[in-house]
Amino acid sequence: MAAGTWHLAVTYFWPDSSQFESYSAIVLIMANQHQLPFEKPIYELEAQLSKLEAEPDPTPVVQESIRRMRVELTQMTRERYENLDPWDTVQVSRHPERPQTSDYIELVFDEFVELHGDKSFGDDRAIVTGFAKLDGHKVMLVGHQKGRTLKERNECLFGCAHPEGYRKAMSKMEMASRFGIPIICLIDTPGAYPGVGAEERGQAYNIAVNLRDMSTLEVPIVCVVIGEGGSGGALGIGIGDHIAVLQHAYYSVISPEGCAGILWKHNKHADKAARALRFTSKDLVELGVVDEVVSEPLGGAHRNHRQMAMTLKATLAEALQSLDGLPKEELLDRRYERFRKIGVFEEEAVV
Amino acid sequence: MTTTDKSGQRTWLQDMKRPKRGVPEGLWLRCDGCGATVFRNQVEENLNICSECDHHFYVPTASRIQQLLDLDSFEEWYADLRPVDPLKFADRIAYSERLVQEQKRTGMTEACTVGRGYMRGRPLVFGMTDSSFIMGSMGSVVGEKLCRAVEQATEKSLPLIIVSGSGGGARMHEGIISLMQMGKVSAALARFRKAGGLFISVLTNPTMGGVAASFASLGDVVIAEPNALVGFAGPRVVQATCKIDLPDGFQTSEFLLKHGFVDRIVHRAQMRTELARIIDYCVH
Ligand SMILES: [Zn+2]
Repeated sequence: MAAGTWHLAVTYFWPDSSQFESYSAIVLIMANQHQLPFEKPIYELEAQLSKLEAEPDPTPVVQESIRRMRVELTQMTRERYENLDPWDTVQVSRHPERPQTSDYIELVFDEFVELHGDKSFGDDRAIVTGFAKLDGHKVMLVGHQKGRTLKERNECLFGCAHPEGYRKAMSKMEMASRFGIPIICLIDTPGAYPGVGAEERGQAYNIAVNLRDMSTLEVPIVCVVIGEGGSGGALGIGIGDHIAVLQHAYYSVISPEGCAGILWKHNKHADKAARALRFTSKDLVELGVVDEVVSEPLGGAHRNHRQMAMTLKATLAEALQSLDGLPKEELLDRRYERFRKIGVFEEEAVV
Repeated sequence: MTTTDKSGQRTWLQDMKRPKRGVPEGLWLRCDGCGATVFRNQVEENLNICSECDHHFYVPTASRIQQLLDLDSFEEWYADLRPVDPLKFADRIAYSERLVQEQKRTGMTEACTVGRGYMRGRPLVFGMTDSSFIMGSMGSVVGEKLCRAVEQATEKSLPLIIVSGSGGGARMHEGIISLMQMGKVSAALARFRKAGGLFISVLTNPTMGGVAASFASLGDVVIAEPNALVGFAGPRVVQATCKIDLPDGFQTSEFLLKHGFVDRIVHRAQMRTELARIIDYCVH
């Protein structure tokens, strides 16, 4: 990783580099190490640009080409990211440096008081729960955690929760409801964990209970799909009053690989399944399943955690504000109707 | 969502599909339980149970209703709900085409039937999913019919029985809309529960994925037929993830009973009696 690229990245994505912290710097450098195939031209152009910028005494000609290259880079990035194939979107949503719940805990919330355990089996690290403060307002935060280092990833199983994770989430949310604390759910999972232990401990039952009981919680619930919205594992903390999805996240009934394996008989057709399933943020709004798409920074959330966090913070604050003060009955009726109306079918008119 | 293991030991689907595909109906069936060749008529006269080993074969919707409800007491509701193709989904064939094929093959419009019936004189709302129609998976029509059935049961203060046979979970071909049906039906059940309604969920082979992870698990009493495949993730997926041999009887009714997720395993011949008895305990 050339120091020049790093410098460029700062000036490029954080015009005010004085506010910059080493945290984000590390993230950026790491992000550059995980290039997605379709990002290659962007990174190549960046490398060229950084070489020019590294010149100690740039002539006016060099300065001019730097300027033009920057414009080109912005345009290229924008164009690439505005025309992502759904399969590319899946890659972005899974980017190793994409901000996770733990990053948002740092960057969005003023305080986080983690509450562990389901008081029944254990403390599933694939879902974190706890009190948090959003601009001074108390909330209960529930979020999938994928982990970034190998150690973390092994602990949280890449965000694939077990029954005890869903039970932990439900017990904290139920408590939040009793104490009148609004709930924020950050969804980021490839799916609930498919394992022997998970089946033995009632994966299906615990997800089902969450679907049923989240619909009855008497406080506002805001859900945001921040990365992968993997089927039942996502929906298990996904029943709410306002459902948002980040621009390059996806939310699907089944993983594209799983769908391809069943319907195309091989998971190498995952790209085809990704296109057929219509699970990008744009599709989800068109299908009436999510209420809002949250814009990502140019080039995806992994390129600028801080900017992404600020946008998410504003989204959360606004959503909670809009739900604040609704009478409980109305809140629950609206939540019921929100899901009740989803479904497309034909029905002969009753004569 | 997940589906059942097509290549596994359970060949109920192949068995039951055969006659419906227009192939001349065979006189003999091979039992998945004991491997014996059994006389088809005899099996059908015996509630689709193998007389050699008690293996419970697939039961089509009409027969199931006949087995469980009082003669001619079933009044079907919302039969005119028809599936459409909201995503314009196509895998190797278009979903719209698949729907037509499945409707032709099974003689049903969708995988779900709901209505009102009587069980030994007890009025109730009855629903079921039929695993022969796109694996009994839940799309918009299945979700909507079940949701309306639950709402009717709430309104009319009737007990509710749903018999699940869904290898396909949430239906992939309707994408995220299918996933949302899980939330929709579960929310309706929450209201029914709050209103004091009794819901008995009957699990038959197979009940998997998004169906298992929503209404099928939410019965006040959960009954399973013997040796049904019931679970969240398909056994093939679990095997691929864990890379170990799956325990004997993994994801069977007996496995769920042992681990505490099924109240009773009930033989098909006793099902009606058992269900009526449970209703009597809860409905006064
Ligand atoms: Zn047999």
